[in-house]
Amino acid sequence: MTFKLRKNMGKGLEGRRITGAANGVKLYLHYISVNVRCMMQYKTSFFLTMLGQFLVPFQVFLGIFFLFRRFDRVGGFSYSQVLLCFSIFLVSFSLAEIFVRGFDMFSGMVRQGEFDRVLVRPRNEVLQVLGSKFELNRAGKMIQAMVMFVYGVAQSGVEWDAAKILTVVFMVLGGTGIFSGLFVVYASLCFFTLEGLEFVNIFTDGAREFGRYPFGVYGKKLLLFTTFVIPYALVQYYPLLYLLGRRESVFYMFLPLLSGWFLIPCGLFWRFGVRHYQSSGS
Amino acid sequence: MKKYLSFFQLRFAMGIQYRAAALAGIATQFFWGFMEIMAFYAFYETGAEAFPMSFEATSTYIWLQQSFFAMFTVWLMENEIFDSIQNGNIAYELCRPVHLYFMWFARNIANRMASALLRCFPIFIVAAFLPKPYGLSAPADFMNFLLFLLTLGLALLVTVAFNLLVYMLSFFTISATGLRMIFVSMVEFFTGAIIPLPFFPEKVRFVLELLPFAAMQNVPLRVYSGSMEEGRMMRAALLQCFWLFVLVGAGLALWRIAEKHVAVQGG
Repeated sequence: MTFKLRKNMGKGLEGRRITGAANGVKLYLHYISVNVRCMMQYKTSFFLTMLGQFLVPFQVFLGIFFLFRRFDRVGGFSYSQVLLCFSIFLVSFSLAEIFVRGFDMFSGMVRQGEFDRVLVRPRNEVLQVLGSKFELNRAGKMIQAMVMFVYGVAQSGVEWDAAKILTVVFMVLGGTGIFSGLFVVYASLCFFTLEGLEFVNIFTDGAREFGRYPFGVYGKKLLLFTTFVIPYALVQYYPLLYLLGRRESVFYMFLPLLSGWFLIPCGLFWRFGVRHYQSSGS
Repeated sequence: MKKYLSFFQLRFAMGIQYRAAALAGIATQFFWGFMEIMAFYAFYETGAEAFPMSFEATSTYIWLQQSFFAMFTVWLMENEIFDSIQNGNIAYELCRPVHLYFMWFARNIANRMASALLRCFPIFIVAAFLPKPYGLSAPADFMNFLLFLLTLGLALLVTVAFNLLVYMLSFFTISATGLRMIFVSMVEFFTGAIIPLPFFPEKVRFVLELLPFAAMQNVPLRVYSGSMEEGRMMRAALLQCFWLFVLVGAGLALWRIAEKHVAVQGG
C-alpha cells in the first residue's frame, strides 16, 4: 500500500484521483468475484435459494392473475399494463438487492464489530460495505420480472420507439437508486440502534409489494407522498403514463432521473451516522 | 399435561416481553392493511359488481388478518428449532422427560398467541374508528362472534400443527432453507393471505376450500364478517377439526420415525 501511495504521489492530485477511482472499480470487481466464487461452493443451495427467490414474488403475481380473472381493470390499467409496471419495478428492486445487499445486512456488521475493521482500512467505507455482499441468487426475482416484462411488452399495446425504450432504462435506474438509498438509510439507522429497524421494511418490501399497481391507484394522498417524499411515483407511475401514451410531454420521460435527488439525503444521513459511530465493542 | 402447560406459560411470558418489536409490528401492520384496502378499493371502483363480498366485509377481513398476523402467518416459524436440529442442540431437548412433539406444540401456540395479543388490540381499536367502509365492522351477529372465537382457536391449532409437520420434516432434510421457502410461500397463498379465498374463480375456490390450508385464517376471518353462508360455517369448522387430526397424526407419525433414526449433528 505504501509503495502504491508513493508511486502516485508524483502524479499530482488529479492523477491520483483517477488512479484511485480505477483502483476502486478494480477492488469492487475483486470483491464481487470473491463473493461469487464463495457462493458457487454451495451450488445446490445456490440454485434452491434462487428458485425460492423466484417463487416468493410469484405469489404476488398469482394474486394479480386471479384478481384479473374477476376484474378487468384497476384504476384504469389493464392486466398487461399492470404486469409491465410491476415487472419494471421488480427489476429495480432485485438490482438494488443484488448490489446493495451489504447495506441491507449491515446490522450484523455493526453488532459483530466488523465495521471497526472496515474503518481502519485505507479505503472508502461505502465501497467496502458494498463489496461485503453480492448476492447473485437474488437474480431469481429478476427472472420472474423478465417473464412478466416480456408478456407486458407484447400485450400492453405500447408503441415502442427509442424514447420509450430509454424511458424503461431510466425507470429501472431510478428505481434501483431509490431502493438503494433506502437500504443505505436502513443501514445508517443501525449506527444508532444496533438492531435493524424492521419498520423501515415498509418502504422497501412494502413498496415492492404495493408497487405492483401504479401508485396512482392508491388515491391522491399516497400519490403526493410517493412524488415528493419517497419518489417512487417518479420512477413508476408518471413514466408509465408516458409509456402508455397517456402523456405526451418528454418531461415524463426524464422524471425517473429527477428522483436521483433522493440519494442526497440518504448519503448525508449515512455520513452523519458514520460520524456518530460508536463501536459495539466486540 | 401440566408439564406442557408450564412450557406454554413460560413461552407466553417470554413472548410478551418484546414490546418494542410489537410496536414496530403494529406500525407495519397498519400500513400494510391500509395499502391492501386501498388496492382493493381501486378494484372496487371499477368493478363493484364483480366483488364476491361486500366492501365492508373485505376491509374487516383485512384488518383482522393484520391484527392476527403473528398468529396465522405460516412462515413465522421458530428458527431456534431449525437451528437446534441443525447444530445438534436437539440432544438436550431429547434428554428431557417430555414428549418433544407436544412440547414444541405448546411452545408454538404460546409464541403465536403472545405476539398476536400484543399486537391486535391497538389495531382493533383504531381500525374500528376508521370511516365506513374502510374500517373494522362489528361481527355480523352474536352467533357469528361465538363461532368466530371457536374457529379462531381451531385455526391456530391447525396452523401450529402444520408448522410442526415442517419441523418434523427438517429432521430428514437437515438444511433446506430454499425448499422450505418455496413450500411455505405457496402454502401462504392457499391460506388466503394474499387474496381472500372468495376472490378466486369458483372452481379453484372449491378445491382450495377443501385443502388443509383453508382451515387456517380463512375460516375465522370470514365467519366474523358473515361472508360465509350459514350452512357452510359448520362444515368449515368440521373440516378444521378433520385437518387438525390429520396433521397432528402425520406429525406424530413422522416424529416416531425421526426419533428412531435421528442422527445428532455435531457435538
